[in-house]
Amino acid sequence: MPKKEINSKAAPKPKKDQTTLAVKPESKLEEIQSSRERKNVLMQGNEAVAYGALDAGVNFFAGYPITPSTEVAEILANELPKRGGVFIQMEDEIASICAITGASLAGAKALTATSGPGFSLMQEGIGFAKITETPCVVVNVQRMGPSTGMPTSPAQGDIMQAKWGSHGDSPAIVLYPASVKESYELTIRAVNLSEKYRTCVILLLDEVIGHMREAVRLPDMANVRVINRIKPTVPPNWYKHYDENQKYLSPLASYGEGYRFHVTGLTHDSHGFPTNKSGEAGDMMERLRKKISYNMRDLVQIESYQMEDAKIAIFTAGITARAAKAAIAMARHEGIKVGLLRPLTIWPFPDDAVRKMLRNVETVIVPELNQGQLIHEIQRLTKDKSESNLIPLQRVNGQLITPNDILRKIKEVS
Amino acid sequence: MANIPQRIIHEYLRHDKKFPHVWCAGCSNGIVLGAIIRAIASLNLDRDDIVMVSGIGCSSRMPVYVDFNTLHSLHGRSIAYATGVKMHKPNLKVIVVTGDGDCTAIGGNHLIHAARRNIDLKVILINNNIYGMTGGQCSPTTPHDAIATTAPYGNIEPDFNVCNLAMGAGASFVARTTAFHVLEMQSIIKDALEHPGFSITEVISACPVIYGRLNKKGGAPQMMKDFRDNSIPLAAVDKLPPEKVEGKIVRGILRREIRPEYSSEYTSLVKRVQASGGE
Repeated sequence: MPKKEINSKAAPKPKKDQTTLAVKPESKLEEIQSSRERKNVLMQGNEAVAYGALDAGVNFFAGYPITPSTEVAEILANELPKRGGVFIQMEDEIASICAITGASLAGAKALTATSGPGFSLMQEGIGFAKITETPCVVVNVQRMGPSTGMPTSPAQGDIMQAKWGSHGDSPAIVLYPASVKESYELTIRAVNLSEKYRTCVILLLDEVIGHMREAVRLPDMANVRVINRIKPTVPPNWYKHYDENQKYLSPLASYGEGYRFHVTGLTHDSHGFPTNKSGEAGDMMERLRKKISYNMRDLVQIESYQMEDAKIAIFTAGITARAAKAAIAMARHEGIKVGLLRPLTIWPFPDDAVRKMLRNVETVIVPELNQGQLIHEIQRLTKDKSESNLIPLQRVNGQLITPNDILRKIKEVS
Repeated sequence: MANIPQRIIHEYLRHDKKFPHVWCAGCSNGIVLGAIIRAIASLNLDRDDIVMVSGIGCSSRMPVYVDFNTLHSLHGRSIAYATGVKMHKPNLKVIVVTGDGDCTAIGGNHLIHAARRNIDLKVILINNNIYGMTGGQCSPTTPHDAIATTAPYGNIEPDFNVCNLAMGAGASFVARTTAFHVLEMQSIIKDALEHPGFSITEVISACPVIYGRLNKKGGAPQMMKDFRDNSIPLAAVDKLPPEKVEGKIVRGILRREIRPEYSSEYTSLVKRVQASGGE
């Protein structure tokens, strides 16, 4: 486990801690936890993901080493046994997604972490978790692709894959943090949403966020909101594995509890048994769609930054949004009215917020570390606007888009 | 129903929901299912504690018919899903039903690593030497020179010896039987279920409709007779001259060793870590 440094300047250790520490802290992590809200801790995005997972109640991790996500596995290999949870290093990423899905069906809160090549291998398993409505979380610390690409360099090339990577229509929940603190928070949210909506939730990190160290104050556990799956209250012979009466959020039994349900990746009826009837097949697909689209208010999270008077909007996510904020500060200093709209939930796409943005600004700049992914979603919503008002700023060479790059673009269009 | 005698299997089937089954007339899968159920019944296992996991293929359709906790997973991945189930709830009896293509082609990696870990999964590999569900393609156990739709001029690849593969990977219980030897199969599966570690039971089975027709095997009864005539029990191997063993199916428990089991080892590790305060 990487060493954790305690920034004593920012948060002088209160005396109270001495007594807590005297009771032989079991690890640095527990040391942090003894008074978390008062301590600034320097940590990596990947560490924040691991701690978020533990705080959300994750008790099962199966994974395979891959740069730049490996620290998540290493920390959980260290921490899960202490809490009676399971850490298992599988033979590949395919086995990893399968093992976490199996564990979840047995009642575990399960998570895996990977990067591009592993994420590609997991796609079939992600589709299986979605069609079987089995909660699990896949953390993808994005690196530059395609293929082996540049393993230690950032890119935002998996945005579309996170939604469309698995074959067939499969509505997705994908979260995208922009800081170490947010990596912690959105990991908890990813686990919570997976439990609530019974699906595979994906957390997209940028390589630089996974490996960047920032000072973070973790909330005390009392202030961490943890959601657990709803358990059935009916007797086993009344149980429907996919209960359509429950507003798309149905209870979930676990193996070994007497419910003896069937799970299949085949199109199935509400009991979980395979079906070839078009009515039942259509119902199943609608159910998968509606449980996302009927809950947009709960799922969508966006940050609107200095948008009140903005004539130019920047739409971007993750690390690129941080460059955008710096660019906005510089541009506003020169009197240019520019703001930022940043999705924390990238899928389902925040259509309403984007429409509102398009109504209020003259120009939208979309910086992204890929050859054009987010911009197409904006284009989809800009039919009544001239395309010249939608400005791409794309880079895929292993380097970040800098505040100056964005500032230059802002000046070009203002 | 009054005059129809109830059999043990009827207590375990999901008869109200999922019949008729998908298997062809003469298929061995039902024979294997019967043997699995009778082995489970003879051990008085609580069905709430049994999880049956499968992949994709004819044999992998088995879980939907039985009243256990059942998981019909992805092609080749049954052992990986089963590993997740077993590691989270080690008290459950996890049975994996798989086929030759599912387990030794696309799923070969998971097979060897589960065998190496010696995780307590009960793999029952129904080997019919062909991809039946997709219509008769060559599998890793299709014999040399046999005909398949993807080997129309005869298979030029050598076939896997599944039991040797599993033993090479470190499996602690390895057995082989045929669909003809039903009582032997039942007894081996019972032993496999009781074995504390990874077990694999290969059941040589008949696919008369696809493999049988392509290779002129003479229909289901004839294929069964061939299993009877072309197999020898392990105990007889040493007593026979080598030429009489050559080309025969050797039946019986080929390996049974007690070695540390993975989920128990993990449980011990957790206890050790917790006792030492994570040092």
